[in-house]
Amino acid sequence: MMPVISVIAYLALAPFAGALLDGLDRKLAARMQGRKGPPLLQPFYDLGKLFSKQMIAVNRVQILLNLSYLVFLAIAGSMLFAGADILMCTFLLSTADMFLVMAASCDSSPFSTLGAGREMIQMMAYEPLVLLMAVGFYLATGTFHVGEIIRAPACAVIAMPGFLLGFIFITAIKLRKSPFDLSTSHHAHQEMVKGITTEMSGPALGIVTVAEYYEIVLMLGIVALFFLNRHWWSWPLAVAACLLVYFLEVLWDNVSARVKWDTLLGSCWVATLLTGGLNGLILMFVR
Amino acid sequence: MGMQIVPFWLVPILILWPVLAAAVLPLVRSARARGVVVYAAAAGVMALAAALLGGWLAAGAPVITLYADTGGVDHLMLAGELFLMALIIVLSVRYRQYPVILLSAAQTGLLLYTEQTWPAAGAFHMQIDCLTMLMCVIAAFVGGFICIYAVGYMKAYHRHHAEYADRSGFFFSMLFLFLGAMFGLVLSENLIWMYFFWEVTSVISFLLIGYTRTEEAVHNSFRALWMNLLGGLGFAIAIAVASATLGTVQLGEVVAARAVIPIAMLSLAGLTKSAQLPFSSWLLGAMVAPTPSSALLHSATMVKAGVYLLIRLAPALAGSATGMTVAFIGGFTFIAASMMAIAQNDGKKVLAFSTVSNLGLIVACAGIGAEETIWAAVLLMIFHSVSKSMLFQAVGAIENCLGSRDIESMHGLLLRLPALTYIMGVGIAGMYLAPFGMLISKWVALRAFVDADNYLLVIFIAYGSATTMLYWAKWLCKLVALHRTKEQVTDVTHRDQYLSMLVHAGSTLLLCLLFPLLATRVVDPIIMELFGEAHDVLSMSVLTTMAVMLVSVIFVPALMFLITRSAHSQIVPIYMGGANEGDNTYFVNSYGEPEHLYLSNWYLRFDFGMRRLMRPSVIVATGVLVVMLCVIVGGAV
Repeated sequence: MMPVISVIAYLALAPFAGALLDGLDRKLAARMQGRKGPPLLQPFYDLGKLFSKQMIAVNRVQILLNLSYLVFLAIAGSMLFAGADILMCTFLLSTADMFLVMAASCDSSPFSTLGAGREMIQMMAYEPLVLLMAVGFYLATGTFHVGEIIRAPACAVIAMPGFLLGFIFITAIKLRKSPFDLSTSHHAHQEMVKGITTEMSGPALGIVTVAEYYEIVLMLGIVALFFLNRHWWSWPLAVAACLLVYFLEVLWDNVSARVKWDTLLGSCWVATLLTGGLNGLILMFVR
Repeated sequence: MGMQIVPFWLVPILILWPVLAAAVLPLVRSARARGVVVYAAAAGVMALAAALLGGWLAAGAPVITLYADTGGVDHLMLAGELFLMALIIVLSVRYRQYPVILLSAAQTGLLLYTEQTWPAAGAFHMQIDCLTMLMCVIAAFVGGFICIYAVGYMKAYHRHHAEYADRSGFFFSMLFLFLGAMFGLVLSENLIWMYFFWEVTSVISFLLIGYTRTEEAVHNSFRALWMNLLGGLGFAIAIAVASATLGTVQLGEVVAARAVIPIAMLSLAGLTKSAQLPFSSWLLGAMVAPTPSSALLHSATMVKAGVYLLIRLAPALAGSATGMTVAFIGGFTFIAASMMAIAQNDGKKVLAFSTVSNLGLIVACAGIGAEETIWAAVLLMIFHSVSKSMLFQAVGAIENCLGSRDIESMHGLLLRLPALTYIMGVGIAGMYLAPFGMLISKWVALRAFVDADNYLLVIFIAYGSATTMLYWAKWLCKLVALHRTKEQVTDVTHRDQYLSMLVHAGSTLLLCLLFPLLATRVVDPIIMELFGEAHDVLSMSVLTTMAVMLVSVIFVPALMFLITRSAHSQIVPIYMGGANEGDNTYFVNSYGEPEHLYLSNWYLRFDFGMRRLMRPSVIVATGVLVVMLCVIVGGAV
């Protein structure tokens, strides 16, 4: 019964949680920059506005691919929250991202195609760590199953702090935070207009935004996985850890400038090797 | 009992039928009649394989050994080997490639000497079991349909390439001769027999690569030849050592004895045949051959002979130094080839690198030699044969339509050649997207490498998956861009080509849908035969998850299509920086003139180019191979 409830809760509440976090993000960022910032609920107003707009599209396929992106993210997240296999969940996450990339390429528009190309580079940059992290959970807890990982006697992070570090590193890509917001960013200072979402407007953009809220919650869910164990106190600990990680991402976003793709790829791959790679090697030896 | 006798009299017919077709085809002059003969021969191959499979299944899928006493055939094979040597010598002299002669003469001489000095006791020569039958079915059906495809393809090929002499009769003859040799190879249990068929496939591959007789083709064909002959020399040494020390040339007994030197030498042969680093360049060069031969020999079947042999050796490789070396070479090839694939814009080159890369993964699985990894290896082999052969055929068909196989010229192909693009899409999705077969097999391989405590392979697979994803994803995106161009393209693909590609596409989807059945009915028995036991590699919950994923991948986009079809939307032109001329193709540039939009893919040539990565990869692989061979052979002597 538990998995069903948590999946329904994820499907129903993740967009709200994501939007709230987004609002918090904007507020925090504004304060860091000495501005007042928009109200906390601004993302909800934005979404409302997007969905109230007329459907304007460059072709008839894009909306279909956008919706597929949303649904696949929801399914990937549901698998995590249902306690299924974490490796499968990450595979599905890549598949979801593929639909976004295809949605951006299908219009053959110069700016969104450039964005799609960069998005693919980003995927290549974060993929190794995500796979290694799944292996890390397997080495640390003996299972790929989320349902069993959260019933472990101790927090997984004790055995795999390197993986958490690496994961925080690549989460900046997934949350589209500077210095890794190459394909599109939340700020309108992009050299290629709005990158991957250039040709999306109104409800289509709204769909992508909701999908990204699902993604935020999914990523934080994985962060929580590092902390959850069979004791009750691990739950508030995990929530606190998620908020802290989110804060760190916002902070990093505000203190760093965007890098070029080769720096992104190089730094992510090296960071993966140094954090996840080393941590996994150690786990392999002590096993 | 009701137990039926296996119709093993079908075995020689299965081998000889394509050989007969190969003998007839060069005599048929008219293209139309040749087409009919090819259809009939291919249908015959498939029917024979199906009959053998049916009879074998009806008898309860037993392991059968055949032909204990084969004096006459042995002499025929010896004559065949001498003929192959003579052929190689003649061609090498004609093209001034003298070192090849040494390799060929050395192995044939060694074999003759071995057969005279240590004649092995008469035992059975062929064996039918699950793995053999699987290989036969792949060769017969994938191979048969490729031959059918080739009929239409070769017509269009020679219309495009008027500069090459039309030797289609020879081409088809070689394709069928190859099929016969492939059946012989996988059915052989006696190493001397297997060696004979092995050499035949090497020589056919050499002849097909040189089909166009251009300077490049001749050069590449000799490179393929010497590398494969090097493997053949390893094979011959293995036979010599096995018969001298063990007194047997049965593959099963060599594996059971875990004889170090023969196993190492056979592994070397397997590595060359499956184009692993440092021998990968022959497969890349083989892409100059017409596409059906690339699909048949260089992706679906012949290169699989290498991994087939390694899978047979797997129980002996497990935990040994040879196994470690093989696994390292495989894993290293997987990641190196997938990186180099990123920098390629020639469609066939990408497929070639991807083939080398996927074979690397299978080789790595075989090198570890554990139950789980072999499970993954067999599945990878099945999925790869079908998907990759389909991709090759689609690229060949596209090339005949566009006059180019450059991925850049495939921009917006969905609007120009929709049917071929859908086939490409199925193939590409099958190669890397969840939950298609390749990815699931990769998932199992990843877990198996962890269980085998081989962290290096885990790292290879993690990075290699990322690079694999990039080169497929960017190709797929190129295809689906809805870009209208003014140049007209007509689909010149023949109906027989479509038949073959559609059958392949259908099989790819079906293999995914029937995955649990495939796992329990096909793969588990193979593991059972190789290891004597088989555990469930995938639990039921994983299978259920996969079913959910598969259903969602197929149904979500379809459902979204139905939902969005009724939605009203206003279609507007795209944003192009300069003013859009209204057709999404031209924009106004800074001189006020219309400029054609050209969008290129990312190739990252300076980072992942072959020029940058090939030499270091070959050096690393050669170093490891040479050092480890010295250690292994030195340790055993």
